[in-house]
Amino acid sequence: MKIHIKNGRLIDPAHGVDKTTDVFIAAGRIVGAGDTPAGFTASCVLDATGCIVCPGLIDLSARLREPGFEYRATLESEMAAAAAGGITRLACPPDTDPVLDEPSLVEMLSHRARLPEFAHIHPVGALTTQLEGKALTEMAELFEAGCIAFGQANRAIVDNQVMLRAMHYAATFGFPVWLQAQDPFLARQGVAHDGEIAARLGLAGIPVAAETIALSTLLHLARETGVRLHITRLSSAAGIEMIVAARAAGIAVTCDVAVHHLHLCDHDIGFFNPQARLDPPLRAQRDRDALRARLADGSIDALCSDHTPVDDDGKQLPFDEAEVGATGLELLLPLTLKWAREMKLPLATALARITAAPARVLGIDAGHLAPGAVADLCIFDPAAEFHVTRANLKSLGKNTPFLGLSLPGRVRYTLIEGHLAYDGTLG
Amino acid sequence: MPLPDAEILCAQLAELIRPRLAANTVLVGIHTGGVWVAERLRELLGLTQPSGALDISFYRDDYHQRGLHARPQASQMPFEVEGAHIILVDDVLYTGRTIRAAMNEIFDYGRPARIDLAVLADRGGRELPIAARFCPHSLTLPAGQMLALEHSAAGRLVFRLTEA
Amino acid sequence: MTRNPQLTAEGELKHLLTIEGLPCEMILRILDTAAPFASVAEREVKKVPLLRGKSVFNLFFENSTRTRTTFEIAAKRLSADVINLNINTSSANKGERLLDTVDNLAAMQADMFVIRHASSGAPHLIAQHLAATGCDHIHVVNAGDGRHAHPTQGLLDMYTIRHYKRDFSQLTVAIVGDVLHSRVARSQIHALTTLGVPEVRVIAPKTLLPSGIERLGVRVFHAIDDGLRGVDVVMTLRLQNERMQGALLPSTEEYFKAYGLTQERLALAKPDAIVMHPGPMNRGVEIDSAVADGRQAVILPQVTFGIAVRMAVMAMLGGT
Repeated sequence: MKIHIKNGRLIDPAHGVDKTTDVFIAAGRIVGAGDTPAGFTASCVLDATGCIVCPGLIDLSARLREPGFEYRATLESEMAAAAAGGITRLACPPDTDPVLDEPSLVEMLSHRARLPEFAHIHPVGALTTQLEGKALTEMAELFEAGCIAFGQANRAIVDNQVMLRAMHYAATFGFPVWLQAQDPFLARQGVAHDGEIAARLGLAGIPVAAETIALSTLLHLARETGVRLHITRLSSAAGIEMIVAARAAGIAVTCDVAVHHLHLCDHDIGFFNPQARLDPPLRAQRDRDALRARLADGSIDALCSDHTPVDDDGKQLPFDEAEVGATGLELLLPLTLKWAREMKLPLATALARITAAPARVLGIDAGHLAPGAVADLCIFDPAAEFHVTRANLKSLGKNTPFLGLSLPGRVRYTLIEGHLAYDGTLG
Repeated sequence: MPLPDAEILCAQLAELIRPRLAANTVLVGIHTGGVWVAERLRELLGLTQPSGALDISFYRDDYHQRGLHARPQASQMPFEVEGAHIILVDDVLYTGRTIRAAMNEIFDYGRPARIDLAVLADRGGRELPIAARFCPHSLTLPAGQMLALEHSAAGRLVFRLTEA
Repeated sequence: MTRNPQLTAEGELKHLLTIEGLPCEMILRILDTAAPFASVAEREVKKVPLLRGKSVFNLFFENSTRTRTTFEIAAKRLSADVINLNINTSSANKGERLLDTVDNLAAMQADMFVIRHASSGAPHLIAQHLAATGCDHIHVVNAGDGRHAHPTQGLLDMYTIRHYKRDFSQLTVAIVGDVLHSRVARSQIHALTTLGVPEVRVIAPKTLLPSGIERLGVRVFHAIDDGLRGVDVVMTLRLQNERMQGALLPSTEEYFKAYGLTQERLALAKPDAIVMHPGPMNRGVEIDSAVADGRQAVILPQVTFGIAVRMAVMAMLGGT
């Protein structure tokens, strides 16, 4: 299939490209931009007038709920949501049921996901069996099966000796380790940022120290082991400053932040809105402001959706009983654009955080549109609005704190390896 | 239409009541106008027994339509209700619903020997089978108008007509 | 966020979920309305017909015989039919979903829910659900949710203070004890600050204070002797036994030594200071028996006033 994308504004942050030009695709790869390559006859022409043409989005954290939680979401439903959100590649955490700690499970997942309209998936393997933080998984085998990194989702490794050994072992093979920084004891029973709002609402608090103490341990062990450490879902101003300092001291560490923490803070809990029940908790306004600024200046590498479909039974509960998580695949692009608009950032800078930068974290050749690159593209209309309603969301997870809002940007086409995975001009 | 002088009506009302006074007679005014009238009557009749005061907010039959009155007062019945001759006092008799509510409340304090009703004016428009035993003045008003008693700055009781 | 969910568009009380955000005028109106209800209890027939034919459901997901009883008496004195449901939280977890329980009771023509729940915000959730399912004629009264609020307790405490001290604008009030876990303390703080009490103090060890508590408009003291000096009102909080686990406090003995309200300590307050407690008391833990039974204690009047305040709240809700 040969595709000709006409009249779009091509933004390819990895190569500093931002201009109105046509793009040509053949055999699943980019064959050129600008003038029609010699001998190119398009079998399909996509009109991108008024649209941005950019690399397909790369989401560093999306729970597909398979295997184990198919009543919440299925691969089919969530892959449709990813495509509708312009996401062509995603990493999924290992907290499925069973946990992704065996090569056969990873192979099965990869096999199930091998449809042309499905985004590429990169499973994050479990670092310890059952995520229990006691015994190491067969990382080399899991890597063979397709795992791109090893992590614990949001479960902690309590025993630092295990943590040290896990990092040493991963470092032996050069496998990256992805961890959330949250001390399980300081976070015990906590449901909200330990501050004025939690005090007012009578919610058990999780202090910022839960993040900084865990982070301090992880950074020390990363220095000790030389492992490639990626910190997932930062929540605090103090946390990001520790990472900036650690990098300056020569520690190889990358990090990401979730869309929720970029736009919301503990005030958004309002009158106990269970939609705002997230992990890590939404922190204070000054934390949010620091995350926004540090993502803009590149100190935070990437922005992810932290997509976690939760059904109504899990959400229509008192705040402290409600399950954590929110749907996010279809909101990643609009919330990135909203952040860029509010911060007055160039579009290329903003889009880099959801394309080129996460590709770098993954350590793969993706997230750019140079000739020869895999034709994963997102074509979106920045002037159109996405109205966040349950009906408009393709994900089976209909719960998000952004329900009811109108956000900037609507995806018109998503291409995965040159295959039209989503066509927003239909119905 | 000129409104009657409330102070003159008080004096006339006192004279209507005077022949009926007994040893066990007590006055009970209904908030707020009725309490003022009862106080006047007590002076005019030279009664030593303190008067009662009823705020019928908790007994109104329109509670479910109109809610609770904004600032209800505590009712005061500073005497034994059981066996008393109660003269229930209000400023204006209209639908009779206030009087029904007041009588209901009185019975929650005890069983009086007799209840009479005394009002300054009867404006017609009854919705319940209730009549005043003592009433010096009658008039007819359209349903949209409200006749109520006010305490003037000079301490006089005066009638005031308002559109409902 | 949306407007205060407990007020109607006209500013009338629709539910009583928390004192936070209630206008001062509304709090005073509730206290004023409670006064005539207090006198109802002194009559031959201790009952008024306001809620005749109405069904009040006491929904207690957390056991509290005492609080349930006061609500029951209040509702019965308003002539309502009262249905008591004690729903054990553990069986609620295994069985029916909270909102399914609510839907079922709403289908039984309930007019008012009095709710006690271990989770902060459960009454808010129920009120929002009733609105979303077209059942917003049902009023919700929060009888204590988690650590969040116990608004009728806060209101009866204000009624008690006003009864003895008349004017809020000159008072210094100290709240002593486990503020961290106390819904009572939060409701007291919001009520006192809204009513214009110039100095509200909280006195507790750091383990029993939530972070950010000073943002609620209180002055924090860790030494009880400093905190009690010159106060008009001492509000002691109940220390629950389960707080002795989990490294918050070493022992009840040490707590009593450091924070127990004794006669000697009470002598630091103004000579006419009153002592309050929401009950049930732990004598010899947060309060010494000599103080609990002493002339400055107004703990039993609090209970009596509590019924009048709850009658006032239910009567104001029932008529809207």
